[in-house]
Amino acid sequence: MAPLLEIRDLHASVGDTPILKGINLTINAGEIHAIMGPNGSGKSTMSYVLAGREGYEVTGGDILMNGVSMLEMEADERARAGMFLAFQYPVELPGVGGMSFLRAAVNARRIEAGEDEVDQLEFVKLVRAKATHLGINDDMLKRAVNVGFSGGEKKRYEILQMALLEPVLSVLDETDSGLDVDALKIVSDGVNLLRDPQRSMLVITHYQRLLNHIVPDYVHILAGGKIRRSGGKELAFEVEESGYAGIDDAA
Amino acid sequence: MAATQETIDTLQEATGKYKYGFVTDIESDKAPKGLNEDIIRFISAKKEEPQWMLDWRLKAFAMWQQMESPDWAKLDIPPIDYQDIHYYAAPKTGEGPASLDEVDPELLKTYAKLGIPLDEQKILAGVVAVDAVFDSVSVATTFRGELAKSGVIFCPISEAIRDYPELVQKYLGSVVPVADNYFSALNSAVFTDGSFVFIPKGVRCPMELSTYFRINEANTGQFERTLIIAEDASYVSYLEGCTAPQRDENQLHAAVVELVALDDAEIKYSTVQNWYPGDENGRGGIYNFVTKRGACLGDRSKISWTQVETGSAITWKYPSCILQGKDSVGEFYSVALTNNCQQADTGTKMIHIGEGSRSTIISKGISAGRSQNCYRGLVRIQPGAENARNFTQCDSLLVGDKCGAHTVPYIVSRNPSAKIEHEATTSRISEDQLFYCQQRGISTEDSVSLIVNGFCKEVMKELPMEFAVEAQKLIGISLEGSVG
Repeated sequence: MAPLLEIRDLHASVGDTPILKGINLTINAGEIHAIMGPNGSGKSTMSYVLAGREGYEVTGGDILMNGVSMLEMEADERARAGMFLAFQYPVELPGVGGMSFLRAAVNARRIEAGEDEVDQLEFVKLVRAKATHLGINDDMLKRAVNVGFSGGEKKRYEILQMALLEPVLSVLDETDSGLDVDALKIVSDGVNLLRDPQRSMLVITHYQRLLNHIVPDYVHILAGGKIRRSGGKELAFEVEESGYAGIDDAA
Repeated sequence: MAATQETIDTLQEATGKYKYGFVTDIESDKAPKGLNEDIIRFISAKKEEPQWMLDWRLKAFAMWQQMESPDWAKLDIPPIDYQDIHYYAAPKTGEGPASLDEVDPELLKTYAKLGIPLDEQKILAGVVAVDAVFDSVSVATTFRGELAKSGVIFCPISEAIRDYPELVQKYLGSVVPVADNYFSALNSAVFTDGSFVFIPKGVRCPMELSTYFRINEANTGQFERTLIIAEDASYVSYLEGCTAPQRDENQLHAAVVELVALDDAEIKYSTVQNWYPGDENGRGGIYNFVTKRGACLGDRSKISWTQVETGSAITWKYPSCILQGKDSVGEFYSVALTNNCQQADTGTKMIHIGEGSRSTIISKGISAGRSQNCYRGLVRIQPGAENARNFTQCDSLLVGDKCGAHTVPYIVSRNPSAKIEHEATTSRISEDQLFYCQQRGISTEDSVSLIVNGFCKEVMKELPMEFAVEAQKLIGISLEGSVG
């Protein structure tokens, strides 16, 4: 069986600047992988390249999900195929009601799968149930998407979307940034609820502390656009102790 | 919302990009092309009008001949040959049907295709009463009996001229004088049909009133005239919708709408304008040159204009309020969307005359393709308008990099106690927002529609419920192909 995600010698540029310089990574179903790395190492670029954002050009290599190359797929097609990106900076959509947005996202998948659209009332109940776990109240659900949300609220809202869309591969881009200890716990608990033998996650973070809450199976260190080291969760502690300096040198 | 199955169905059933581009094959009775006194006499005779009406028309025609087409708008209008237009076209069987049974079934089918139910049994009683105007005549007005019980008159204006001459003579041309502008003079000379509404003192109109205008014949102009009078302490909500077949030549639509609100009366007037906009290269489409004005004559009266303008090749339209009554209120909520080669110069005028009069203007302009979209508005505070207030918010959204958005606000205050606020923004649909929606699995076009509908929300929520969903879909459809 093909791995859930396979990245083969991936090269990517933004404009004329090469950022990713040959990434190899294999994630099997059910696994959680963490990517750590210093600022400017290409972590966020990697998440955008995986999600198919315009302006992030793949110049070599391949990305396969369940054995199928995603390079020719648009961002929305990849999303419907089960790829979810929890944004480091979730985007405000003024005037776009939260419920309508969530429903549009869920229905887009259902339509593609040839299913009926969600029943409106059932959907509201479902959203409320999932939102309660994440400490999201009705008032927040009624507001426009991300508008006037605090940093912590935005991150919880990302996890709510992840819970509703049930992706096979979730990429969490610095989900811990800007969160205090309590918020970090709520968000991590939300993510842990979604752990499943069929689903995989790629957790991108700067700090080891997130990995105390979302415990990874593997940790990779990204620097200068390449994975420099891979190991178990203990690798994260090593980085916490001695920083990234040594790793850069090793390159 | 945007990504519903219904929307997709709507798109699929659309013939080409413009859903209403079909032509109804129906025998029609047309005046020969051209404009002269004889044509005006012909129209007047067809409508069996009294002499005073014919005299009024002829006077308007004389004035029009002295006038020039306005050129101050930011519009590029090719010369119009006024002699190359039919000024009257009517379905042969359509001369004032007494009941729906007498309406040509082809016509009923046309309106069914447009999604407008004229069959009273099929509409939930008491929701919407409809007047349908096909080319130059009103073909059906529903629920008239029901409305008459509460004293409300809702009928084709051609009938009102015959049956309620005092009311028509008193108010016709009182808000928009014949010689107000080139197109109002033209309309006064050749108008063929439109709706007449009268709400008596103290009556809250029991249902939404609505008119659907349809241009069917080729080389035909549509010149409708609408007059709404709301007596003391009455209320009415009125909606008009417009569509036309897809044709290569341009067609002229020059309407005049007059509203009169007496003491404590309120008129809510909503428009969903979806005339054929022309193709992506700017071929064909309707010239929509319309004069709409409401007079808040009475104290504490209120007139509210809501418009969603997505159609027409060229739009020249400024629904306005004359706030004469003490503490009268004027509102203008507008969404103007242009795509491909469309041009729109639209906005409002709020003329504050009465003490304590207040006005609100919320305008949302969306430009896509190679279109040009201009907001033009006037807020004028007259010396007697003590403590007048105005709030204006003017937002423009650009989709793509070949379109233009322009804002031309005129503010004239002649009373030092007046308070006027003007806020304006221009933004681009951001790549961040698009990517965020797409990453959730929403297609590019649905994402644009979602973001644009969010941008328009303040205006869309002013539309009557029954039409809000339709208007949302229309925005999505009109933006098709705007993002590559």
